[in-house]
Amino acid sequence: MRAREAILRDVRRNLGRDAGEAPATPPPARICIPEIPREERIASMLERVAALAGRTLHAHSTSEVLDYVAERTRGAASVASNAPFLRQMGITALPGVESGFTDERNLREACSRVEVGITSADYALADTGTLVMIASPAEARLVSLVPPAHIAVLPAERVLTGLDELFALHPLPAGETSSMVLITGPSRTADIEQILVRGVHGPGEIHVVIVD
Amino acid sequence: MSATFDRKIEATLADSRLQLAIYKATGRLMSHRKTAVDSAVLPEYQELRTQANAIKRHTIENLDWFLEEFERNVLAHGGHVHWCRTATEVADVVLGIAKRREASLIVKSKSMTTEEIDLNERLEHHGLESVETDLGEYIIQLKHERPYHIVAPALHLTRYDVAHVFEEKLGVANETEIENQTMIARRVLRDKFLRADIGISGANFLIADSGAVVLVENEGNARLTTSAPKVHIAVAGMEKLIPRAQDLATFLKLLGRSGTGQALTVYTSFLSGPRREGEVDGPEEFHVVLLDAGRTKLLADPDKRQSLYCIRCGACLNHCPVYRKIGGHSFPWVYSGPIGAIITPQFHGVQSEPGLPFASSLCGACAEVCPVKIDIPKILLELRAEVKAEEKHHAINQAERAAFRMFAYVASRPRLWQRATKLAARFGPRGQGYVKKVPGFMNVGPVRAWLSQRDLPAPAEKSFREMWKERQGR
Repeated sequence: MRAREAILRDVRRNLGRDAGEAPATPPPARICIPEIPREERIASMLERVAALAGRTLHAHSTSEVLDYVAERTRGAASVASNAPFLRQMGITALPGVESGFTDERNLREACSRVEVGITSADYALADTGTLVMIASPAEARLVSLVPPAHIAVLPAERVLTGLDELFALHPLPAGETSSMVLITGPSRTADIEQILVRGVHGPGEIHVVIVD
Repeated sequence: MSATFDRKIEATLADSRLQLAIYKATGRLMSHRKTAVDSAVLPEYQELRTQANAIKRHTIENLDWFLEEFERNVLAHGGHVHWCRTATEVADVVLGIAKRREASLIVKSKSMTTEEIDLNERLEHHGLESVETDLGEYIIQLKHERPYHIVAPALHLTRYDVAHVFEEKLGVANETEIENQTMIARRVLRDKFLRADIGISGANFLIADSGAVVLVENEGNARLTTSAPKVHIAVAGMEKLIPRAQDLATFLKLLGRSGTGQALTVYTSFLSGPRREGEVDGPEEFHVVLLDAGRTKLLADPDKRQSLYCIRCGACLNHCPVYRKIGGHSFPWVYSGPIGAIITPQFHGVQSEPGLPFASSLCGACAEVCPVKIDIPKILLELRAEVKAEEKHHAINQAERAAFRMFAYVASRPRLWQRATKLAARFGPRGQGYVKKVPGFMNVGPVRAWLSQRDLPAPAEKSFREMWKERQGR
């Protein structure tokens, strides 16, 4: 505890503050949520993802979703997360799709081996083309991260306008999860001569499927 | 200016390939930023800057309060907080955890804070393997160099440099395709991620009301660093705090746009504690190291403490005409460019490199693009005053002071000034518009040095007053 006390003492001395002295009211957080109709939000989400070289589908039926995912996973080993929505869509029953992992070792082994990771997403942010992944028993972290391709399938009502709406709905994400990750396009780097290369550590290929 | 500083600048200026690399990379980042903050796409840009500045000010002015709140919330979610005054204390914390976990391999995601305290070298000294996983950082770690730029660490290297270092260190023969080089790094590092015992990250933000660490990146290496190993340690400067998760709605909109022109970087991770009940993956241990290492010292000055608002976007480097010529490695510390020029003297004392605050044209571009509105030119001026105050007794400064006192004396007396300018026009140095040579007796050390870098307008043959008088007389 010595370093802690010394640091706090020095900070207070240099700021001229007393221990436990409450600060003045902070400036209010700046949260501005625009009103954007649902169809426009969906269109914007898909447009932004496409602009980042992601692939997209706006599906109007379960069979459309299944056809799309089956097309990509044909002949490609895949892992699906434990999200109930994927089961409802019938994705976990597709040939070559493994799911239902509850053991970390098995999950890691599978994710390292397969070509495609399939997840749902808690939200999408329309103005940036972002997926919001909240870690839980249903959504492990590695499925959207380790395989070279990532497919996210989510219902249309989860498409929010942007960051402001996300943090208005979840002012304290830490109360609900140990990890909330925003994904905006495929993994990329430009560290050598500013030349863009996709898929450096995370998936270089990303698909966003929005289901009506 | 120290001889080392001078020599590094000269070397950079003489290297035309490097000049082009810096110019192109910073130019590209500037144009990306410009598009991203344009009022057509981000009408709220200036309001966001004002808000970000107000939030940072509030946090820094009450830092002890938010540090304690942050600590309470990390503990509440099952994490650990370590307070460290020095680099050695940080190394001791990491070594202690490594020993308890019987760890030998550490993966690291990019962190300027760990560069600042040479953490890799300290850990390697104790027999641990600590591997950088950001592509640029990995390359410069293999080359044993420092990052050239806050957000583009290997900005100064070409694909041929990378091919050379991969051949030497990884035994890969003559691979000069950038895409293939990237995939080689992916394979080597993927294996490290899956075997690593500990992942060390920095922190872009610490969230007081959540006890959370926020990491912003494009490659996915920070996600792997904080998801795959059993232990995650985040090493963060104490100034990285912001009060609320909701404040991210302001800061995330500014950081990516200012740094690389991205509305959001590819990955933003909001991490608050070890994995929870029922989660299949994620770290079992979550540690946050709060580093002082000179930061409390900076708080002492009510004006200059705004230097701690910095969110390390790198925009001031890209827009700085000095950085764009002298590059990142000319600067004496890991932090380069305008932000480096104001924090280095405050961390290490103005005498550590007295030339640093003077290596600026005070054009103000840095302040104009700073997303948290740090008044960098003003702080540079204050630091210049500090350098001069400390060097008051130096003969050269006494001479300089005497010269300026004489100048002030003459310049504030119109008659004397007229007479002096007349004399200068008559007997003074001549040139085609500018003075190229001064009389021998004046052409000594400091005057010669001054003239070698500056254009002194030659005195006009007739002064304005003389011309005015002639016109009146007509």
